[in-house]
Amino acid sequence: MKIGSPKEIFKGENRIAMTPESAKHLQKLGYECVVQSGAGDNSNFSDKDYKDAGVKVLKNADQLWKESDIILKVRGPEKSEISKMKSGQQIISFIWPGQNKLLLESLKKKKVTVQAMDMIPRISRAQKMDALSSMANIAGYRAVIEAGNQFGRFFTGQITAAGKVPPAKILVIGAGVAGLAAIGTAKSMGAIVRSFDVRPEVAEQIESMGAEFLMLDFDTDGSGEGGYAKPASKEFIKKEMELFRSQAPELDIVITTALIPGMPAPKLWPKEMVDLMKPGSVIVDLAAEQGGNCDLTVPNKMIETKNKVKIIGYTDLPSRMATQASTLYSTNTRHLMDDLTPKKDGIPLINMEDDVIRGATVIHNGEITFPPPKPKVAAIAKHINQNIKEKTPEELAQDQINAEKKAGKIQVSSLIIGACLMWLIGMYAPSEFMQHFIVFILSCFVGFQVIWNVSHALHTPLMAITNAISGIIILGALLQMETTNNIVSILALISIFIATINIVGGFMVTKRMLAMFQRS
Amino acid sequence: MTIGLLTASYITSSVLFILALGGLSNQEKAKRAVWYGIVGMAIAVIATLLGEEIFLTEWLEWLIAAIIVGSIIGIIVAKKVQMTGMPQLVAALHSFVGLAAVFIGINSALLPHLELSNTQLIIHNVEVFLGVFIGAITFTGSIIAFGKLSEIISGKALIIPARHALNVIMFFGCLFLGYLFLTHVGNWTLIAMTIIAFLIGAHLVLAIGGADMPVVVSMLNSYSGWAAAATGFMLGNDLLIVTGALVGSSGAILSYIMCKAMNRNFISVILGGWGDTSGPTMDIDGEMIAIDIETVATALNEANTIVIVPGYGMAVAQAQSAVSELTSRLRAKKKKVRFGIHPVAGRLPGHMNVLLAEAKVPYDIVLEMDEINSDFPDTDVVIILGANDIVNPAAEEDPNSPIAGMPVLQVWKAKQVFISKRGQGRGYSGIENPLFFKENSRMVYGDAKKSLDSILQYIN
Repeated sequence: MKIGSPKEIFKGENRIAMTPESAKHLQKLGYECVVQSGAGDNSNFSDKDYKDAGVKVLKNADQLWKESDIILKVRGPEKSEISKMKSGQQIISFIWPGQNKLLLESLKKKKVTVQAMDMIPRISRAQKMDALSSMANIAGYRAVIEAGNQFGRFFTGQITAAGKVPPAKILVIGAGVAGLAAIGTAKSMGAIVRSFDVRPEVAEQIESMGAEFLMLDFDTDGSGEGGYAKPASKEFIKKEMELFRSQAPELDIVITTALIPGMPAPKLWPKEMVDLMKPGSVIVDLAAEQGGNCDLTVPNKMIETKNKVKIIGYTDLPSRMATQASTLYSTNTRHLMDDLTPKKDGIPLINMEDDVIRGATVIHNGEITFPPPKPKVAAIAKHINQNIKEKTPEELAQDQINAEKKAGKIQVSSLIIGACLMWLIGMYAPSEFMQHFIVFILSCFVGFQVIWNVSHALHTPLMAITNAISGIIILGALLQMETTNNIVSILALISIFIATINIVGGFMVTKRMLAMFQRS
Repeated sequence: MTIGLLTASYITSSVLFILALGGLSNQEKAKRAVWYGIVGMAIAVIATLLGEEIFLTEWLEWLIAAIIVGSIIGIIVAKKVQMTGMPQLVAALHSFVGLAAVFIGINSALLPHLELSNTQLIIHNVEVFLGVFIGAITFTGSIIAFGKLSEIISGKALIIPARHALNVIMFFGCLFLGYLFLTHVGNWTLIAMTIIAFLIGAHLVLAIGGADMPVVVSMLNSYSGWAAAATGFMLGNDLLIVTGALVGSSGAILSYIMCKAMNRNFISVILGGWGDTSGPTMDIDGEMIAIDIETVATALNEANTIVIVPGYGMAVAQAQSAVSELTSRLRAKKKKVRFGIHPVAGRLPGHMNVLLAEAKVPYDIVLEMDEINSDFPDTDVVIILGANDIVNPAAEEDPNSPIAGMPVLQVWKAKQVFISKRGQGRGYSGIENPLFFKENSRMVYGDAKKSLDSILQYIN
């Protein structure tokens, strides 16, 4: 079948859903790839690049829509594009079916099949096709770059000949993919980064990126389904605002990334906070498209408030890094195609039993299949509350004393039992035996002391060398050679023979092994 | 040679043997220590030959031939053996000691002991009985272990019904025959006991599965020592007693370390089978995600600290040299590469260390479990090669897991874990491994050597 990517017609959209690289992979899956001439120009992929990758370049959009069985797009289809669709065609792009009921209806009329990249469930297996995450990652990075562009100071603290420069203090609200990317970027540029999230389980991730997690002293878990947050209670918001109020005056940059699926973005940074901030501070609102986390955000614009705080509400951050975004997005789509083509025969198989495919498919053969049932697997495994209490140092010390006491008791009692046993043997055994017995017991002790010190790495050579020295049994056989009994002599000879193999083989192989151990 | 000189030689040999074992405390000392062992053995054998005037025997040519042929075979075996074949060789050598102990014991029963008093004779016969019994178990046990390790017989545990009862019956049968032997019924009782002991040894090891082999081999090592010691008592030879005791305690300690590393009771390992669980095991969330070689290579190229955890699978796939090549290339790129070795990885205590040493991995980057466990949180990439139970987080997280409490390598704390595995199956214990389902885990299916070779193409 033929997969085609048209040029995006949404204003300011620079990305493309198929790169020459991803086209190569798609061809391996058995598909034929076509692209509209000039579609990759804005992401720096020329028609020639496509041709070199074996992709057919078609002159215009009409031709492409007509020839392709499967359309890979970034933005959801526009009216003019819908009119070009044919029945049975398969469309893969961002759709936002929750917010775009009308689009869904008009697509349904066209009797097409639609996979929404934004509906891929957020489970581990689907991470490779999670376009929201890959775009959010770019947005998070770009948010810091945009902020830095507007911010009049260094991020990193410096002590220069011209004086001391304090590091920038950055707050990232919402530690999803975008938030974590922003934290990582800001941190690597030297800023002091703090972060807040309603889901306590992300604290570890925040800290692993090098930011400080602002704890809210509140006993609620804000995690919702599918790895997203859920709306918070009133008391919670009150506490949250108190926290932000205390932070706002010292912050230089605030990056907000809080989203709740299917709802307008929560207002986390009201005007009051903006007023508290220093002149020259920057706010980047990544939720601008969903109404913004900040009261004053104007989508797609940068504004400056009276107290000289800049608020950036760009919604096209991924598109501003079109090459990178296209590379990641096209990788996501080709991974989806990979899952859709289990036989690698160039024919997509829409298996509605598969969690991922079921979630992404919003229209199947002209039937709306949105919303999908909840995915079966949790996104982030919640920490299982462990009932085992951490022991205090005193308790540990007490345990140790108890353990030592116990060990002491065992030792004393085994010594007593051992001594009794010895007496018992001594009462009956002849003295000659007892002399050998002393040697035996002492040797056991020496053996235990010596072997405990053997390095674990040398346990195999240890076994080999003990093999060799246990060939000492050859002495027994040698002593039996002075006899007139032929059977005894033959058995002794065999023993000597095999014990020699043991001795020579054991020592040689030990030597060989030990020689192999080399220091770097 | 006087008795005094002979004893002096034996003392020297004993000391040299102790030094030989003690020298194994570190790699450099060990290279010298092995010579102590060789010299000790030479002194012991020559002193016995001269001191006891063995060379006067009419079988002298045969004796010399046996020693020469035995030495040649020993040399050939030692030169030819592959390091992956070490467990088999060790098992085979154990069986020799066992068989020699049986022969010497039977010989001792065949020879007249007119010089002994009645009590002394009883003691002597008890010693003969013990030497033969332990020797026989060691012999067949080692033969079976050898067969299992070299895959001549199936590595699976052979569980026959009422096997414990069978063992008990056979054991008491041996005791009864021993009693008859002591009451001078005849030497046939000793032979019959030997045959039953052969059966016990074979049956014990047959019932033990492949991954428990480290314990079995060290146990047999211990037995071979006790057999030598019993022979020493029988012959009144102190050097044999000392050496036997040294070897016996060495094997006992190795068995103890292995059992501890599996958090299992020695008895339960020897009798086969896993312990019972106390409740339902934890459910596992998540999925096993396969990943392609290129991504693994990229991750390795980007990582700074890498830990490789080898298991028996590495030996099976003969992947040591590929591992070594990968290690040296990564180290050339100034990356910190280390190895984490679990005490029971492989089929022999310390097996992994020897395999890596053979492949020229420097020993100072091969660390023990306790040395490396605290470093995992700071590790970028962990590669697991054919290991399963020794990296199973259920041992720590799930009190109901059959392996709960077993010390494991905490690889899941690393940023990224790649697991090279032949297929999706479970490990030897049959326990599901939650590690494979963790978010930072990715599976690389296929033969470990092939996977590594393809990774190498991307790393230069």
